[in-house]
Amino acid sequence: MARSRRISMPTKESYDDHVIRLFLLAAAVWGVVGMSIGVLAAAQMAWPALNFDISWLTFSRIRANHTFGVIFGFGGSALMGTCYYIVQHTGHVRLAFGRLALFTFWGWQAVIVLAMATMPFGITQAKEYAEPEWFIDLLIAVVWVAFGVVFFGTLARRRIRHIYVSNWYFGALIIAVALLHIVNNLALPVSLTKSYTIYSGAVDAMVQWWYGHNAVAFFLTGGFLGMMYYFVPRQAQQPLWSYRFSIVNFWALISVYMWAGSHHLLYTALPDWVQSVGMVFSLVLLMPSLGSAANGLLTFNGSWDKVRTDPAAKFMVLALVFYAASTFEGSMMAIKSVNSLTHYTDWTVAHVHSGAIGWVAMITIGSLYAMAPRALDRPAMHSVPAMNLHFWLHTAGLLLYIVSMWAAGVTEGLMWRATSADGSLTHDFLSSLIAVQPYYLGRLLGGVLVLSGMVVMAWNLWRTAAHARTEVIKPILVPVPEAIPEPVPDQYPPPLPAKS
Amino acid sequence: MGLQYKHWEKLEKNALLLGVLIAVMVSFGGLAEIIPLFNDAQTVRPAPGVTPYEPLRLAGRDVYVREGCYLCHSQMIRTLSFETQRYGPRSDSGEFVYDRPFQWGSKRTGPDLARIGGKYSDDWQRLHLLAPRQLVPASNMPGYPWLAKAKIDGADLTARMRALRSLGDPYTDAQIAGAEEAVLNKTELDALVAYLQGMGVKAVAAGGAVPP
Repeated sequence: MARSRRISMPTKESYDDHVIRLFLLAAAVWGVVGMSIGVLAAAQMAWPALNFDISWLTFSRIRANHTFGVIFGFGGSALMGTCYYIVQHTGHVRLAFGRLALFTFWGWQAVIVLAMATMPFGITQAKEYAEPEWFIDLLIAVVWVAFGVVFFGTLARRRIRHIYVSNWYFGALIIAVALLHIVNNLALPVSLTKSYTIYSGAVDAMVQWWYGHNAVAFFLTGGFLGMMYYFVPRQAQQPLWSYRFSIVNFWALISVYMWAGSHHLLYTALPDWVQSVGMVFSLVLLMPSLGSAANGLLTFNGSWDKVRTDPAAKFMVLALVFYAASTFEGSMMAIKSVNSLTHYTDWTVAHVHSGAIGWVAMITIGSLYAMAPRALDRPAMHSVPAMNLHFWLHTAGLLLYIVSMWAAGVTEGLMWRATSADGSLTHDFLSSLIAVQPYYLGRLLGGVLVLSGMVVMAWNLWRTAAHARTEVIKPILVPVPEAIPEPVPDQYPPPLPAKS
Repeated sequence: MGLQYKHWEKLEKNALLLGVLIAVMVSFGGLAEIIPLFNDAQTVRPAPGVTPYEPLRLAGRDVYVREGCYLCHSQMIRTLSFETQRYGPRSDSGEFVYDRPFQWGSKRTGPDLARIGGKYSDDWQRLHLLAPRQLVPASNMPGYPWLAKAKIDGADLTARMRALRSLGDPYTDAQIAGAEEAVLNKTELDALVAYLQGMGVKAVAAGGAVPP
């Protein structure tokens, strides 16, 4: 199939950066909004009076606003923006269906606004990370299909025949999340604001955690690995350590992850065999997870000095370290005997945030700092010291947060199982809540530090965009087709030459 | 190397093939773990004594779901001795067949509620929901005073029971017809307390729950 059309005239095509700038702005805004709600929720855990007896400000109503705002608002906007950027730049082609791409931006923002505006009023499906009600779910499905059409349409028009590995992850993100979202949200509406899921009890639990775990796998891991595979080599100014290794890890990751969801339900009323299968696959998952992290880190070999001079590279390196750490932790927590201690405690919260603040947020921030100047036609970010300040605020906040929650989790786990010599339980439940109160303050302070870092980033992006607000940005031209060399293979065994 | 690169090359240059293969590879896990559960008697047959929620309790359960109680309270007593000692007989999957959605939870900021029914009086539950720290000073649970002011909408509840019946829950015509009267002048607080007081007791009373 002659996929690479050789055009003799130089192209006047330019990259579509407008929609990317919009997603960049949205990511910064939702990052600040989502984390502010997180800080409020953390404060309510320490001082319950902060619920003010107002229904829509109460912890149990706004918790989903924090998770949804950060995951789908901040993470989702960053993912779609970087995906559009990467698929164009790795394919040397302008985005297909420019208007549809704009629709995905406004559609996705409408989804987040609708979800954030309804959940505090109790309009919720009460399934974690899938809280929005059915009418929002329908809109999500429509926007997601449009996202897929734009992505695969662009891929189909690409001028570089080889599909770069980042795009594999974005493709898997789009296909798998569509599948997960539709299956998990099948429900019978009673009214505009209430529906009942078609699954019940143990089946519902399995479907929900198959969704919940793989939303993590494909949204918060796969998508951000796509980001990593493009921006880490770019920032390290080195080729990927091993391209073949990235492909092996890709297939291992996407096929193994889907089996691991039942590790959220160990020792529950879910049939035992499903629990055991989930635990085994969670352990197998160590291989592709650590492999991907190692591949990213080893890419810095030969240019580790970047970590000294470039804050974006700093964010990326620490992101990879936390990716390795939190996936290792996750596999350990999926071991049944470990899980009997960690489950239902704040250790789960520590694990989630080491993944979310450590891996997801840091690779996103690093990538945004790498992408923003290019998308905004500037040589560099407005302020490098502000980037460094952000890095240290974020790192300090992250460490304070997860250390506090680890300590709280271990305390709860040990107190709940402590048995006295006469066989009775040593502690009542309330004692464990009183024991972890100091850690809740530590967590709050950690959250405040991370949030202030995000505010610094938002300011820095705004200043970097000052030029773009007054002048017409010179579009970046797609490279002339003749000038594109076929990739030189530097792997063993060497690839065979393509048949002519 | 047994596998030659040219086979991979075909895949790495064909977006359609890549997409199809991704869809295939991500499907196995869910198919293997979810489909068998639909036909597993243990997960879909109600435990002895477990019946669909009575109108007032159903209304209360929907309030529980709406308020997001599952974010701090689990409804799942695990098969661990320190859990059965603290909370009662372990939970059985047959106790949850009428739960849409399931509310097993993932975090215990407060204690498990799977067998909370009958452990405290109605008055205690009522006051505790309105102002938790009047009864438990060290608690960090928010108060839910608005529940006492809101009435249950009988017509809406009838529609909900009809929807549940079409999903397979065995409500009779008489039960649905009597729903409106059963919740007449009841507040959301009444409904939630009724739900809590019924929690986990049916299976135990019928001898369906496994002893600790």
